[in-house]
Amino acid sequence: MTGELGQLALCLALALAVVQSAAGLLGLRSQPMARVAAGAATGGFTFVVLAFGALVYGFVSSDFSIVDVADNSHTLKPLLYKITGVWGNHEGSMLLWVLVLSIYSAAIALFQRGGERLSTAALGVQGLLAVAFLLFILLTSNPFLRVDPMPFEGAGLNPLLQDPGLAFHPPTLYTGYVGLSATFAYAAAALITGDVDRAWARASRPFVLIAWIALTLGIAGGSWWAYYDLGWGGFWFWDPVENASLMPWLVATALLHSALATERTGAFRTWTLLLSIMAFSLSLIGTFLVRSGVIVSVHAFASDPERGVFILLILSAAILGALALFAWRAPKLESGASFAPASRETALLINNILLVTALAVVFIGTIYPILLAAFGVRLSVGGPYFDTFFGPLFVAMMIVLPFGPRLAWRMGDLKTAARQLLPALVAAIVAALIVLFAISPRTLLGAGIFAVAAWVIGASVVDAVLRMHARTLGVAAMAAIMAHAGLGITLMGIAGTTLWRAESLQVLAPGETMSIGGYSLRFEGVRTLFGPNYRAEHADLDVLSHARLIGHLAPERRMYPVEGQETVQTAIRSTGFEDLYVALGDDRGQGRWTIRAYVNPLAPFIWFGAAVMALGGAAALAARLRARFWSQSPSPAMERA
Amino acid sequence: MKKLLFAMLLLTQTAVAAPAPETLPDPAQEARARALQKEFRCLVCQGESLDESGAPLAADLRRLIRERIARGDSDSQIERYLVARYGDYILLKPPFNADTYALWLAPFIVLLMAAGTGTLLVLRAKGRGQEKEIN
Repeated sequence: MTGELGQLALCLALALAVVQSAAGLLGLRSQPMARVAAGAATGGFTFVVLAFGALVYGFVSSDFSIVDVADNSHTLKPLLYKITGVWGNHEGSMLLWVLVLSIYSAAIALFQRGGERLSTAALGVQGLLAVAFLLFILLTSNPFLRVDPMPFEGAGLNPLLQDPGLAFHPPTLYTGYVGLSATFAYAAAALITGDVDRAWARASRPFVLIAWIALTLGIAGGSWWAYYDLGWGGFWFWDPVENASLMPWLVATALLHSALATERTGAFRTWTLLLSIMAFSLSLIGTFLVRSGVIVSVHAFASDPERGVFILLILSAAILGALALFAWRAPKLESGASFAPASRETALLINNILLVTALAVVFIGTIYPILLAAFGVRLSVGGPYFDTFFGPLFVAMMIVLPFGPRLAWRMGDLKTAARQLLPALVAAIVAALIVLFAISPRTLLGAGIFAVAAWVIGASVVDAVLRMHARTLGVAAMAAIMAHAGLGITLMGIAGTTLWRAESLQVLAPGETMSIGGYSLRFEGVRTLFGPNYRAEHADLDVLSHARLIGHLAPERRMYPVEGQETVQTAIRSTGFEDLYVALGDDRGQGRWTIRAYVNPLAPFIWFGAAVMALGGAAALAARLRARFWSQSPSPAMERA
Repeated sequence: MKKLLFAMLLLTQTAVAAPAPETLPDPAQEARARALQKEFRCLVCQGESLDESGAPLAADLRRLIRERIARGDSDSQIERYLVARYGDYILLKPPFNADTYALWLAPFIVLLMAAGTGTLLVLRAKGRGQEKEIN
């Protein structure tokens, strides 16, 4: 029954999405129509929630008469993975996508940011997207299809996905991807209504912020998952699917900065519009790359050319439609803002130039092998290509970065800014010297990267201190300070792990010891343990430092008989400054096993820095909410920030 | 479904088999081998380098790189050998040739275009500021 209920709910949601788009776009000048669009959005949201609930119920109750459940679940699977398994497959993950889309529609209808006219037009655009993706689900990826006869047992879920990460990673990432649909809708709405002004920038900003925070957390969470799950100690592989999530993040970051200028001084209006369109376009391209099976990966569940073509159609219609609207309306916008070459606007412009170039690198590097494959040329574009461009671009960005917050809007004073930043320069030099003379192996690259990181973090401290003295350290200023410092921390983590990682691979018999980076690992042997739906080879290792026992690590290898697959469970001992990372290799007979151990210096900084960045985003959002609820205009501290 | 099963099979292999690669006794040579194996892709995996891969073929190639280094081959000789055997596909950093002009030049073109537009914007915004002062 639940399957039919879900199917019915999806059909009703589709009908309401049609109403929402028609009322939103055709009824721009009529108040009743605006109310119809808002009502359709909240109604559509309710039905999508119902459909999603029906699928969750199907998974939790192991209703194998539903094909999707039978293909991707199993009665023995722990409850957590029955629930998260809902989006651990193509059909369910598309339903999650639409669920998030309808949440944003409901939010637009509820808060009506930017006034009724603008938000109604935005609802119209969101309605079109909902129609397209609901059709996609109903026609090509229906999660509620039945099977007769009903199988006795399900096929299980890819064990790599049976991890708490699955509870967190896709919903967060989708909150980000699809959150950009709201900024896209607002940009299109501004073009339709012609109200491309500071009020529009202010209206869409919370959506940019939420999407950016979610993307930051989603990408960092995915990287952390890969780090502890894959067993090789790597955290970023320049895999096409990772790139698909990085591209919207790069544009969202650029948008976050350019929209700030648009909102404050009206500068870069057309550019902010274009970025809003690009950000969601890249989300769609990412969805296409991952969901169409153009690239093979653990994310791509199943490949089906029909689905690929469908998404490609949606994608082309959305992008070309928005760009046509842009080309038609944007030239009529007069750009009135004036600012001096030494101003915060210029700093933000440089940030945008570098971010867009970084985006181009990721885009070309990801698309190129796929394009060339169409001409029969097989080519790989991997880490070394991306690093070649990404390194210099990010270093340049971070050298310029500290000047931004120290320059005033419209007309800044570069000399004063440079003088104020002297302590940060000293910090950079000290960091470089420490790396050069106190850490082995000595690397000039490491010294340079740490200098840049210290420069950015130092500048954040300088900024905080100066604002504290001037009593202008509001929540909004803290937001930028945290986000920038977080970037510096992440950079230190990446450099530390990449440049100074220690690695050792040994075959050990019980009682034998291996040493790595100041630690000794004493192998106690391997036991067989049984989990709810797997059998584990469980290794026990004592960790010693200076002949003193300081801890215990237990890496595992798990065999999932239902799926017929094995996974590696790494064991990590983190001090906050470095990770001791151990993975169990293969059985060498007579109780001897291969043990792979790594010491990853500063690895925790990668994710700690990302968390600080996201916290900065949250602070910016909090500053918005405060301004909304305490007074109509932004707080004085924000004006000055 | 068959494709999915096959992909899963590949994944399993990636996750499981990792025969101990030989390490070279000379630390300098070993460092060269480590740097080199980051430059080549694992031919049977999805976007992993030889350095990160657990596939048996990747382990074979890691061993092959070490044999060649021990024999006194230079880095570029090893690269030429691998490319002759497996094609440009094995290089994670594609060579600069007719097939890849666009790949290597596009970032520079984008940067130049963006920087040019940016400069224009700044100059125009500055000009507007001066106009206002005159008025």
